[in-house]
Amino acid sequence: MPDLIVRGARWKQQEVDLLIRRGKVLELTPYEKSGTPAKNARVIDAKGLTLLPSLIDAHTHMREPGQEWKEDIASGLDAAVHGGFGTVLCMANTDPVNDNASVTELMLEQASRSWPKGPRLAPIGALTKGLAGQELAPMEELARAGCVAFSNDGVPIASTELFRRAMEYASDLGMVVIDHCEDPFLGKGGSMNESPVSGRLGLKGQPWAAETIQIARDIELARYLNIPVHIAHVSTRQSVELLAWAKDKGAPVTAETCPHYLVLDESSVEGYNTRAKVNPPLRTPDDSAALLQALRDGVIDILATDHAPHAAHEKEVEFDHAPFGISGLDTALSVTWGLVASGDLDLDTFLRAWCYGPASIFNIAANTFEPGSPADFVLFDPDATWTVSAETMHSKSANTPLLGRTLSGRVVSHFIGGKKIV
Amino acid sequence: MNETSTASWPHKDLLDVSQLSVAETLHLLDTATYFQEINTRPVKKVPTLKGKSVVLFFAEPSTRTKTSFDMAGKRLSADTFSLGGSSSSIVKGESLKDTALTLQAMNPDGIVIRHSSSGAAQFLAERLHCSVVNAGDGWHAHPTQALLDAFTLREQWGEFKGKTLTILGDIAHSRVARSNVLLLNKLGVNVRLCAPRTLLPMGVESWPVDVYGDLHKAVTGVDAVMCLRLQLERQAAGLLPDLREYSRRFCLTPDAMAKAKKDAKVLHPGPMNRGLEISSVLADADGSLVLNQVASGVAVRMAILYLHLMRPERSGDTR
Ligand SMILES: [Zn+2]
Repeated sequence: MPDLIVRGARWKQQEVDLLIRRGKVLELTPYEKSGTPAKNARVIDAKGLTLLPSLIDAHTHMREPGQEWKEDIASGLDAAVHGGFGTVLCMANTDPVNDNASVTELMLEQASRSWPKGPRLAPIGALTKGLAGQELAPMEELARAGCVAFSNDGVPIASTELFRRAMEYASDLGMVVIDHCEDPFLGKGGSMNESPVSGRLGLKGQPWAAETIQIARDIELARYLNIPVHIAHVSTRQSVELLAWAKDKGAPVTAETCPHYLVLDESSVEGYNTRAKVNPPLRTPDDSAALLQALRDGVIDILATDHAPHAAHEKEVEFDHAPFGISGLDTALSVTWGLVASGDLDLDTFLRAWCYGPASIFNIAANTFEPGSPADFVLFDPDATWTVSAETMHSKSANTPLLGRTLSGRVVSHFIGGKKIV
Repeated sequence: MNETSTASWPHKDLLDVSQLSVAETLHLLDTATYFQEINTRPVKKVPTLKGKSVVLFFAEPSTRTKTSFDMAGKRLSADTFSLGGSSSSIVKGESLKDTALTLQAMNPDGIVIRHSSSGAAQFLAERLHCSVVNAGDGWHAHPTQALLDAFTLREQWGEFKGKTLTILGDIAHSRVARSNVLLLNKLGVNVRLCAPRTLLPMGVESWPVDVYGDLHKAVTGVDAVMCLRLQLERQAAGLLPDLREYSRRFCLTPDAMAKAKKDAKVLHPGPMNRGLEISSVLADADGSLVLNQVASGVAVRMAILYLHLMRPERSGDTR
């Protein structure tokens, strides 16, 4: 006898009943129109709603500890769960940096205190102490405390030698290194894409080569060492070309891009719009098209939000003084579901990008709807519309160039381990 | 006083020359011609802006532009107030937004802003009810300089069509160059740029200009050359080998000017590095318009303040 039956939700072109027992999927069956509900089971009518496995976001910034006015773990998980994410990986560039077990433990403690039944927080440990790029962080200690990957995101490691050692040490522990690829000299001081637009606006630009040069380095190290590396937030066509070559060679390289690189371009910066200031910068429509194609082709493995909340007053400054980052957890599902609705992305690619891809790269359990799968799922209304604003977003910060836009698709409820969280 | 009418002036702010039509530009220059005459009178003051207040907010130091605006305001009987970067407690450590709100509370009629960040003037204009005049923002725009340069050239040339002008020097980091390219091109001048590749902006090939790397070719047959001030820190930033090599390749010399038209003019927005980007002889020669630019600056800024501060209030105001 199942404990919970979700009736009539849409899953891949058909209506289904989802049977759940003790937090796991018992069975996914075609919708039983005339069937009488089983005794003692709680029944949820999900007619008209779309069923999705809980999404996994491999790249967020939770800002706790240290910058809780932007976001804290409670508010970040609130945004996650309402945005369809059941697991979020959070970067180590907090204050203090997550480079020792006590910080990891504090993060996990805050997560279980604010959201005891989920969503799950999966910390990413620093690769180097203090993200300073000088000495390796104690990765075994971090892994033991609960970190699921390592990254110097925010302050990429300039020394190729040290980055090599970090990859080797992490691989001993069976863990993946995530790299923010930006040549520290070539990209320095650039606040938007280097292009005719930056030339006209009089802003220092960041050339695409600042990204590709580091990606090329990482690809060659991965090939040389035969150790996997995951490339964060890919933003250019030329990066995609390198990744396609690397995959063709069998290099153990995986990559992510973010919804904003797919649907926005550098024109969002016009008028010195600091909400569109993000690192790597928004590029050109041609780059967006290449990234979307690469996602379809599997050259880009997954999507991630790079959720980077900043308070309104921090963005309401001169463009070159504004911090980089876009708040993404609230809008990611709607934005990318829009690509599914328009036929630009098929559902299998969408599911790979947001769930099964990150699950396999970072070794996280995901709901495949096979018997025994964790009953982490979302009931989603693809037709519900909402306008992006500080009020409709659950994150503490509403720093997104999508502010004021009306998006389609809203999470109606979210179940984790068979329990309704929202 | 038809030629100085404000009746049709649609702009609340002056942020960049790109917002001005050719007719509006010419109207502004005509208005400046009228004020130029006032500046030659024994008593150089008219009551036109009596009772109006103008804040000179210079977050980046610039003695000459600030003095020029100050004089322009005072000759029109406006009250001018200075708000400097380091000297003022209003600005010290305060965000630009808070400075804007503080200024708003004082209810001035106009604010002239100079700031090191591109877009700072627009930032202020979006938050203030009063007119905002951009006196230079980052590398982005310097519309009043471009307008005074156009005014100075029109005094010499009579008209713009068919004339050729070379802008020489650090184009990449120059708001003067950006605004002059836009404005002079719009007025019908053929604009050439000349600089080492390291000092050319990204995307310059999409600008309406011809680009030269060779000074002598760049000035051959031109009607005027505009030298830009070289910021000495460009060498430290790795954009130039050394200043000696720069001056050997790009200093405007009498030798180079011999390739230009016989009565070709020389402009420089100042202050000049004599011997580095312009030879001292040329700076002081008959063809030099450097001091004409300074004189035009006051008249053009009088016209700008007049048109923006006296425009009839209307809901359809644009930037
Ligand atoms: Zn990053």
